[in-house]
Amino acid sequence: MKSFLESEFTVVRDEERCIRCKVCVNQCAYETHCYDAEDDRILSKDENCVNCHRCVIFCPTHAIRIEQNVTGYTQNSNWSREAIVALKKQAEYGGILITGMGCDKPNFTYWDRLLLDASQVTNPSIDPLREPMEIKTFLGSKPDRIELEEVDDDVVLQTKLSPQLVCEAPILFSALSYGAVSFNVHTALAKAATEFGTYMNTGEGGLDERLYKYGDHIIVQVASGRFGVHPGYLDVGAAVEIKIGQGAKPGIGGHLPGEKVTEDISRTRMIPVGTDALSPAPQHDIYSIEDLRQLIYALKEATDYTKPISVKIAAVHNSAAIASGMVRAGADIIAIDGVRGATGSAPKVIRDNVGIPIELALASVDQRLRDEGIRNHASVIVAGGIKSSADVIKAIALGADAVYVGTAALVAMGCTLCQKCHTGKCPWGIATSDPWLTKRLNPDIATRRLTNLLRAWSLEIKEMMGGMGINAVESLRGNRMRLRGVGLTDTELKILGVKMAGD
Amino acid sequence: MTEESLSSAIRNRINMKDGIVHVDAGGLHYKDLNTILRTLGNPVPIVHIENVYGQRYIGTDLSNNMEIHICGTPGNDVAAFLDGSTIIVHGNAQDGVGNTMNRGRVIVHGRAGDIVGHSMRGGEVYIREDVGYRCGIHMKEFEGKKPLIVVGGTGQDYLGEYMAGGTLIVLGLKMGSKPIHHARFLGTGMHGGVIYLRGEAVHTSKEVQIKPLDESDYKILRRDVEAFCKEFEIQPEPIMECEFTKLIPASKRPYGNLYVY
Repeated sequence: MKSFLESEFTVVRDEERCIRCKVCVNQCAYETHCYDAEDDRILSKDENCVNCHRCVIFCPTHAIRIEQNVTGYTQNSNWSREAIVALKKQAEYGGILITGMGCDKPNFTYWDRLLLDASQVTNPSIDPLREPMEIKTFLGSKPDRIELEEVDDDVVLQTKLSPQLVCEAPILFSALSYGAVSFNVHTALAKAATEFGTYMNTGEGGLDERLYKYGDHIIVQVASGRFGVHPGYLDVGAAVEIKIGQGAKPGIGGHLPGEKVTEDISRTRMIPVGTDALSPAPQHDIYSIEDLRQLIYALKEATDYTKPISVKIAAVHNSAAIASGMVRAGADIIAIDGVRGATGSAPKVIRDNVGIPIELALASVDQRLRDEGIRNHASVIVAGGIKSSADVIKAIALGADAVYVGTAALVAMGCTLCQKCHTGKCPWGIATSDPWLTKRLNPDIATRRLTNLLRAWSLEIKEMMGGMGINAVESLRGNRMRLRGVGLTDTELKILGVKMAGD
Repeated sequence: MTEESLSSAIRNRINMKDGIVHVDAGGLHYKDLNTILRTLGNPVPIVHIENVYGQRYIGTDLSNNMEIHICGTPGNDVAAFLDGSTIIVHGNAQDGVGNTMNRGRVIVHGRAGDIVGHSMRGGEVYIREDVGYRCGIHMKEFEGKKPLIVVGGTGQDYLGEYMAGGTLIVLGLKMGSKPIHHARFLGTGMHGGVIYLRGEAVHTSKEVQIKPLDESDYKILRRDVEAFCKEFEIQPEPIMECEFTKLIPASKRPYGNLYVY
């Protein structure tokens, strides 16, 4: 069948700058560039280009530029280029369109329509450069009250506290499964989490034994496929997370194709090399809140009540009621992943159309748990499109205890959001298990990039807190009076629980 | 943890007689029961848990090599994440027997509920009578680990769903010399492992194919059926006289052609 698809990008090469060094030829995992020895020039197949910028960055003479294909279809506000391309692809192949990363549609982001407060005249701001600012965050169930006893002029805590995760800043690395990302990525996340004092999340592909030494800073995930879940894995983590859903693909399972299951990944997932790793859509032992409680307590039993148990869901229409059930089922942490949450692979139709923005889910979950008097029974981590320290601090003011960052961490390591993670050919060595490509990501340098990011965001968070006259992140949590909305309807403001700017 | 660290109320539940540790579980919370099981273990004892009335998670994550007899009816998730011990249930079991089990043996002198051996990766499960829905769902094998489930009776729908490895044998012993297994959607999404049915299936899923047994299959079957029979004191020879059906995945990648990149 003759393909009616056109190349999405155009490779523009400055022939005067090009020195025929072939770096672009070697760097491209999609075979876009090739060297013609006869004419001594480098040619490019535009149709292979995914706009990952690998050749652009590594070209020593800056000879390459990638442009959107300027040959557009006839201007049409209803039938976008994206819609036409999707139709043509499906007509040619007859299958579900797969994509990577998070929803790229406009208008789903509320962070940018929320603004933070600052102190002026009537209450002093604090200079974080001179005064201590506390952003350390404890995640886990908190008691309803604490009992203290005076023993020999000393006050002793009588209440037995639940296990807690301790983060130096309210930022954790989101679940990125080994197999979807490379070993070097997992290593960098684990090392950065350990160095900085926060946590990485294994995702559902298990944990390579070489990383067990970072276990105190790792949340191990248990998902429907139960890949790599065994007593040693549960024991090594600082917390266990039950994955019910993720923001990029609420309600559906996962599918790591056999070709990505290399020897190392096979060992960690504990399945034979080359077999598909299918994660069923539901956990087949969870059909209700009561069943969820059963798995939560099975994991508490398996870890002897020494670790917090987290439950992660995608943000959907009735998240607030589900969250209430999750807390009552015994979850110590609830993680909610919004519609912009990313993935290594998901049907495009689901990524872009299923779920709700995390800001709205967070506001309604926090309010519901407060109304029911159970907000202290679990910490709330939100995920799905946290792209700056401003988003973090707005999330906390809306009621989150902490945030998970996935995409932001990947970008810090080199990702350019080309949305081709599912091909397994990531030229940045991130979303791939190809040994030739994975070597491109140096775990030590990636660790530095990640700790730099965490440090930068922490400094910015402290600056913003200082400006508000707040010196402890606890005082900001759920403090929606420090937020104002712009460009929002009354209903949106009501759900977010914030006032209009100027009010 | 040592036995001395247990509270006196719990310690009073433990009784040593003729080299066997007896635990009275009547009214005891599963947390306390598992705490007892974790404190026993060196030297490796035989434990009889008596008066079990539905306590969940008995033997969860138990990695020492104990022999635990459960007298009564355990609750859901008996032997979940089990990693070594042998658990013998003298009675019926509920849902989730051997959930995500890694190693060890579970023997049920009765029937079991849904999702027997959910995602188990190693060890053996023998159920004397029938099992519920989705028996053997997503069981998988890896290197030296190859899980085995033998069911003396028959199972309900979605037997072997998403199965990715291991062996699942269903004998239908109370169904005469030519059992017809009425479970529907056998092996839905199956992409590894093997199911042997004594007799025939009425409804298999599109992801499995029926194959004739060869000598190597009979060798496996004879070994595993004999192990089953030994546990329940049954004669293996008459069982093996019947025709068996072998189900294997039609493809290792049942959903490989659904997607466009």
